[in-house]
Amino acid sequence: MSTRFPGFAPAPKSPGKLRRMALMVGLACLLWGGDLMAEYADIVINNYSDKAGMRPAIFPHWFHRIRFRCKVCHADLGFKFKAGGNDINMLKIIDGQFCGGCHNGEIAWSVENCDICHSGKPNTPTQVHGNTIQKLVK
Amino acid sequence: MKRLFPITPALLCLLGGLSIAVVEAAAPADPPAKTEAAPAASAAQVNTFNRLMTPKSDRNQPPPLDGIHDPEGPGTKTLQAPRDAFSALPKSSGGNYVNWVQALKDKAINPRYDRLNPKEEPMIMELDIVREVKGFMPDVVYPHDRHTQWLDCSNCHPDIFVPQKGANTISMAQILMGQKCGVCHGKVAFPVSECRLCHSKKKDQALLKK
Repeated sequence: MSTRFPGFAPAPKSPGKLRRMALMVGLACLLWGGDLMAEYADIVINNYSDKAGMRPAIFPHWFHRIRFRCKVCHADLGFKFKAGGNDINMLKIIDGQFCGGCHNGEIAWSVENCDICHSGKPNTPTQVHGNTIQKLVK
Repeated sequence: MKRLFPITPALLCLLGGLSIAVVEAAAPADPPAKTEAAPAASAAQVNTFNRLMTPKSDRNQPPPLDGIHDPEGPGTKTLQAPRDAFSALPKSSGGNYVNWVQALKDKAINPRYDRLNPKEEPMIMELDIVREVKGFMPDVVYPHDRHTQWLDCSNCHPDIFVPQKGANTISMAQILMGQKCGVCHGKVAFPVSECRLCHSKKKDQALLKK
């Protein structure tokens, strides 16, 4: 664990400290854990997709943050910090709202490339993939 | 006293020899710890070193293998694999295993601050907020500069944090449940397993003893 925490607390001296350390290591193992293979912060949006016979949409945060800072989407385009909380539909996107702010054929590819976004496994629930709650509560 | 005198150098030599022996004994224990990543190939087995920890070989999987993309989907194979993008970026030990703040600092990436204008520069606010924490952990330093290079003030203020000293109560429980800092940390920014990135200011030792 020491390689994970450079400069972590010196060797524990009292049993109380030892217990706390053990607790923290346990928590840390939990948080790193698991069978989650997809990328941290991949957003699955399945508000309407399944019902409409489409694969759920997956938004890869990592890909977008290489190209844009958080502010562009979360302040200028008005995306709330909530997976599935933005009530996005294709009509709004074609109208230039949400994803349509860029996915309009000018800044990024346009909406006719359905399968690039709608690429999730059918029936995958709306989620922030790899988030802390998902790892703690299975 | 006189008798003790000749003994002490001998004792010192003995102690010295012992300590060298201890160091030598400890030395061979190091290499296996360094090659910790080696058994990753057999990570699918049940008796792995730590079955809860994602082995390095399983991190940053390409979309068709990542478990949430449909490998049958016609678009899935056209998606970029995270590893291809991350190979040139500085590493970290949590989240995407990328140190995003360092990547920005190193100019390894140059994300736009404006949707249309690639030349627009962020408004960076240089103000560190120190939060004295009640527990045994070091105090928290919140750096506005590293946050304002990504975000707008309105992303956090006033909905998540009231911009007033002492007006915000924050607990790790709230953060773990996705509130306060946990709106981003644990979802998209580095997760709470990286304790020392926030808890980074050593407490005043004199105050602790009181």
